[in-house]
Amino acid sequence: MSRSGRSVQRAALTATLVAGALALAGCSSPGSSTPEESETPDASAPSESATPDCGTEPVTLKAYFETGFPLPSELAAEFEKQYPNVSFDIREDQFAVLTQSAPRVLVDDPPDLMRLPQMSELAKDGLLLNLDPYAEAFGWDEWPASQLEQMRVDENGRRGDGPLYAMGLNFSMTGVFYNKELAAQIGMTEPPKTVAELDGYLQAAKDAGLTPLAQFNGGATGGLAFPLQALMASYGDTSEINDWIYQAPGATIVTESNIAATEHLQRWVEAGYFADDVNSMDYAMMMSRFIEGDSVFIFNGDWESGNLDNQMAGNVGFFLMPPLEEGGSFGAMSAPLTYGISAYAANPDCAAFFLNWVATDETARTIAVEVGGSHPMGPADAYMPPIAEGSVTAETLAAGAAIGEQDGAMDFIANATGTVYAEGWTPNLQKLVAGEIDPVSLLEAVQAEYEREVG
Amino acid sequence: MPQRQTGPTSGLREVMSPAPGSPESRRRARRARRLRRDGLAWLLVAPAGIAYVLFVLRPMAQSVQFSFYDWDGVTQSTWVGLDNYVQVFQNSELYGSIVNAFELIVYFSIIPVALGLFTANTIRSFATSRLALVSRTVLFLPQIIPLVAAGIMWTWLYASNGTVNQVLRIIGLDRVTRAWLGDFGSALPAVGVIGAWVHFGLCMLLLLAGMTKIDPALYEAARIDGAGPVREFFAITLPSLRQEISVCITVTVIAALASFDIIYISTQGGPGNQTLVPGLAIYRLAFFSREVGLASALAVVLMVLVLGVVLPLQRLNREGDS
Repeated sequence: MSRSGRSVQRAALTATLVAGALALAGCSSPGSSTPEESETPDASAPSESATPDCGTEPVTLKAYFETGFPLPSELAAEFEKQYPNVSFDIREDQFAVLTQSAPRVLVDDPPDLMRLPQMSELAKDGLLLNLDPYAEAFGWDEWPASQLEQMRVDENGRRGDGPLYAMGLNFSMTGVFYNKELAAQIGMTEPPKTVAELDGYLQAAKDAGLTPLAQFNGGATGGLAFPLQALMASYGDTSEINDWIYQAPGATIVTESNIAATEHLQRWVEAGYFADDVNSMDYAMMMSRFIEGDSVFIFNGDWESGNLDNQMAGNVGFFLMPPLEEGGSFGAMSAPLTYGISAYAANPDCAAFFLNWVATDETARTIAVEVGGSHPMGPADAYMPPIAEGSVTAETLAAGAAIGEQDGAMDFIANATGTVYAEGWTPNLQKLVAGEIDPVSLLEAVQAEYEREVG
Repeated sequence: MPQRQTGPTSGLREVMSPAPGSPESRRRARRARRLRRDGLAWLLVAPAGIAYVLFVLRPMAQSVQFSFYDWDGVTQSTWVGLDNYVQVFQNSELYGSIVNAFELIVYFSIIPVALGLFTANTIRSFATSRLALVSRTVLFLPQIIPLVAAGIMWTWLYASNGTVNQVLRIIGLDRVTRAWLGDFGSALPAVGVIGAWVHFGLCMLLLLAGMTKIDPALYEAARIDGAGPVREFFAITLPSLRQEISVCITVTVIAALASFDIIYISTQGGPGNQTLVPGLAIYRLAFFSREVGLASALAVVLMVLVLGVVLPLQRLNREGDS
């Protein structure tokens, strides 16, 4: 056979195969067969009259938790002890995996309880159960409203208002941890009361040849967002920042006070207060350096309180980011550890009962504090377990109360949209460290990324 | 070929049933045999063929299909035509990732091939000694280490108090030390060096194998004509290795353009997208941003780019042969 004949035949064969593949791929548009059309789930109907519970029949709660955090599993174990007819079927994955698989899992293999990533899309797409009826039945709506605010999503996917789609196991709080021994070395006997005082201590640490701040900011983790948002709250108003995070119409991050805060952060970078390798430092590296005494301060959250009390007992302190002037306003990032119920879950009543139990049962609240290190959810006057005097856990819990009084709680600026952290904050904060971008351009770049998604 | 009989009787007979032994019947028998043989061949190929269609061609076709939609991976999608492709070329982050991938070719491909040629040529000169065996083994080792392990190991080497900086400090180059993977200028080259380290062994071994095929008489003749080692290398070794070099370049260029693992482990695209490559961007778009359509469009562009670079290389190789 001639050469051209063979190549014609080969082309024909290829064409057949490709055509076959295309036929197999199907010509319908992707995503047209979600169960939404076939069976719309009963829009959350806890059995009327009596408050929902787990009944007396054997129930297996299907749970999907985050690997590396013992709190949910310990709560589940205690719950099984108190309610012997309930058993948990727990599956665990890393947070990144949870983020990727959340939409699929909520539909294909619906868990009764699931640790949720950024939830506005999930709620908008109807994958999460509306918890409002439970909130009414259990009286969650009488708790401080700010606790639940972040878990409300309206029909446009905006958070802050609308039906409740998740519940917290506890709520965390961010601020500054410091090494007491090193702090004494630089003459810091009590936490700074103003940003200027903090600046002074950072300079003193630098002058003493210590690393003032080993803050993670490498790879895909823009950890300088922690100090930046703390400065934003000192310079400006936390409610404006929350509006931006909740995607209020017309909200922008490029405001005068935010520019001033970013400029302040830039001064810290230029003064050399951060470790010189922050752009390649990950979270674990930051923690190990701080615990080994290689950093005077770190910006972090109270989810590490229990861990730090173990690893550097008596040598670690915590303070909230101070205001610009004494007595001025300040804030902290505070977010619930969100758990949701799939819209397709088999045992929503029992799952909701569990979430209520976590916030109200004394043993559960003790576990939430001792294992989780953070403040439990629930009414302001609810039971609090006794905490060892002088532990950092005691300090973070006290800070939580102070923030509550101030009404200074904000969600994390990284949670504004699904991608603003990875595509906006992280690369641009890394650029700020490298001196590749100025504060205004940084905020503008983040705003552009935000608008790309919010539209 | 035997002449075809055209008489009326033979024509009639041909229609009814050809006489055994006639040329026509022989041709038919041959065709039937070929059909049987082809049938058997198809049957044998079928399992692999079906798997190939199901698991290679079908996902590829699906990617192409998805690239024309705006889809979050779960809910109803909307047809957007070529919008996703327009975005790939308008979004500086996405086309920046393609530029980065091309820069990586220098490290993944050119350096390993050049170094491999040099090393193989050196090893060839003492090919029978035990030293050759040892050096071959040692230099090939990186190839059998999982890329993830290589990535982690190099992250430690590059850390601010890692081996690389320690060595630099010992020899008095304190000013050069830095967090290699966190520095805007050095991150991409640093990642590239990991790739060079991984691919060098493969290239060296392939080229060395190619060198053993060269007729020693050629070298003898060259030496009699008074050629030195350099002249020998350029006149005999290099031209004889054209095929091996082309295989090396093809494999490593694909590795550079489609790189993912090393970068995912060492920098995750940071700092500031300096080391973002299409593979990582596709992963982020599809699984974190849930922009399946845009991710598919970038994947299709990447595939076309890889083919666009690799096919001319193959043609170059084939033309050289004839």
